[in-house]
Amino acid sequence: MRNKMLKKINISDLLTSISMPIIGLFVFMFGWNIAAKQVHTSLGVFPGPGEVYKQFTNLANEHREERAKADAFYKRQEKRNAKWLAKGRADKVRHRKYTGKETFFDQIGTSLITVFVGFVLGSLIAIPIGIVAGLSNITYKAINPVVQLLRPVSPLAWLPLVTMVVSAVYVSADPMFAKSFVTSALTVTLCCLWPTLINTAVGVSSVSKDLVNVGKVLNLGWWTKVRKIVLPSALPMIFTGLRLSLSIGWMVLIAAEMLAQNPGLGKFVWDEFQNGSSNSLGRIMVAVVVIGMIGFALDKGMLLLQRWLSWDKTAILR
Amino acid sequence: MTIPHLRLDHINMDFPTPNGPFRALENVNMVVDKGEFISIIGHSGCGKSTVLNIVAGLLKATQGGVVLDGTEVDEPGPERAVIFQNHSLLPWLTAYENVELAVKQVFRLAEWKAKLWSKNELEAQPYKRKKSKAEMREWIEYNLSLVHMDHAMDKRPDEISGGMKQRVGIARALAMQPKILLMDEPFGALDALTRAHMQESLMKIHADLKNTVIMITHDVDEAVLLSDKIVMMTNGPAAGIGEILQINLQRPRDRIALSEDPAFNHYRHEVLEFLYARQRNPAQIAEEKRSGNGNGSEPATSAVDGADQEVVPTGSKLPAAEKRPAQLKVVA
Repeated sequence: MRNKMLKKINISDLLTSISMPIIGLFVFMFGWNIAAKQVHTSLGVFPGPGEVYKQFTNLANEHREERAKADAFYKRQEKRNAKWLAKGRADKVRHRKYTGKETFFDQIGTSLITVFVGFVLGSLIAIPIGIVAGLSNITYKAINPVVQLLRPVSPLAWLPLVTMVVSAVYVSADPMFAKSFVTSALTVTLCCLWPTLINTAVGVSSVSKDLVNVGKVLNLGWWTKVRKIVLPSALPMIFTGLRLSLSIGWMVLIAAEMLAQNPGLGKFVWDEFQNGSSNSLGRIMVAVVVIGMIGFALDKGMLLLQRWLSWDKTAILR
Repeated sequence: MTIPHLRLDHINMDFPTPNGPFRALENVNMVVDKGEFISIIGHSGCGKSTVLNIVAGLLKATQGGVVLDGTEVDEPGPERAVIFQNHSLLPWLTAYENVELAVKQVFRLAEWKAKLWSKNELEAQPYKRKKSKAEMREWIEYNLSLVHMDHAMDKRPDEISGGMKQRVGIARALAMQPKILLMDEPFGALDALTRAHMQESLMKIHADLKNTVIMITHDVDEAVLLSDKIVMMTNGPAAGIGEILQINLQRPRDRIALSEDPAFNHYRHEVLEFLYARQRNPAQIAEEKRSGNGNGSEPATSAVDGADQEVVPTGSKLPAAEKRPAQLKVVA
């Protein structure tokens, strides 16, 4: 049956859906190239696609070199430790960490971890509050002013406050997480929990009255009602909120990292800008492209997750 | 006198509106015996669903109450199972799981909730006590087979037709072993053929289980075919029970044979006359008033205060076309 469906797919439709995006991208890059060459800044010509590609390969090579250096360092350390052990001097065995520079790809990893932590923390706070607010009109009326006041606040305004609080509260001799990591993650949480909260509340409050009545006739307990009727019914709206939150969180993260100096993509852009070499603009552009691609991938990932969890086969999920 | 199975006692229902309370129901009194099939019929907006929701406990009456087996009930509960007009199945569960939700809820009742049933009843019907997992599975499949949905029990609501969904809704209600089955225009959204099938199924289930059913319907034929009594409501606002028509047709009832039966046609006549002559559609009345037509019969008012709608127990010796206007009081 499935093969029949595949054969029925219009070839011209398929070609259109593949070729048009490619054509669009090409036209964009062409226009970018032309426009870039016109702009002369103090750091050189504005980077076009070619320059971006060149810098990307530079970054990749730098990454490989760093990794090679790190490997060599660890190999030497192992050899030294083995020699000491052979001489029976276990006390002289040392395991030092390689203190090389973070490469571009390490920074990508740091950014992803930070945004993930901030987003999950935000969702864990927003979804329960959203459920209670959606079910109880009184609660909704109570928290609504607070939500509306805090929602529009920019991450750059939160950042100094969060930094001071984290410095004061997160004191420990051997911290598990760097302060900059905590600051960035908390800022992401503060900014990205609002869409999830609002959408969850709306989704929960718009559960069909008939289904609520079914729950009443069955005398379902509060928790059972939420688990079996309210949550599955509100799931599409909750997911909409989560997707919005994640995209906002990713944007907020870059800004937060810049100011909090968390070793991620934000810091990379900031450092390059401070550096002011002739390569800087190109490398920043690489970061911009990578940020965009990761944002796209995150959203696509959430969409696939939503499709996988969705019970409503008739709903069109884009 | 024995305690009636279900009693609606002097029910008034007011809804708050910006212009003051809107009286939807006034002095509704009704008595239902065990095993009876009651239809409630009336024009749109006369408060039929309101009555049903009050019996179900989904609405609380402003005055008066509902008494079930001697205990007043004002909260919803599985002993008064409701079948909604829009099936109300959970769309993310299969048919089996929908029924299972109800069964699990009812048959894992905490002991203190079982107080609604007297000790004798609990002993007489062991199904009302807790069930084991295997018993539950059997019970769910039995109920689905009662409505002929056992072949499609693993399908989701969006994979089955409207009639099938409604059947699953009926199975879910029956699986709760309710004392009263409340049906709010259950076949209203179905086509005529499916409706006929469903009516046959319902009659058979009623004959097998001998349960008490209160059904709201617009369809006069359906009401006369299925019920033991038809409760005809007056028009709103402040609607009440206009007349109660006792249907003394032999069971099991065959619709084809009945279509030529003079008694059946007479009952139909009575209901139609009430609805269209004596209790006309409010829109029609307004139109006639506008055209200066003064000969139309006044809409029959709701029951006179103090006159209870006593029910003549089945098996009485009264003639076939028995109807009791509001003012008369018939003593058992």
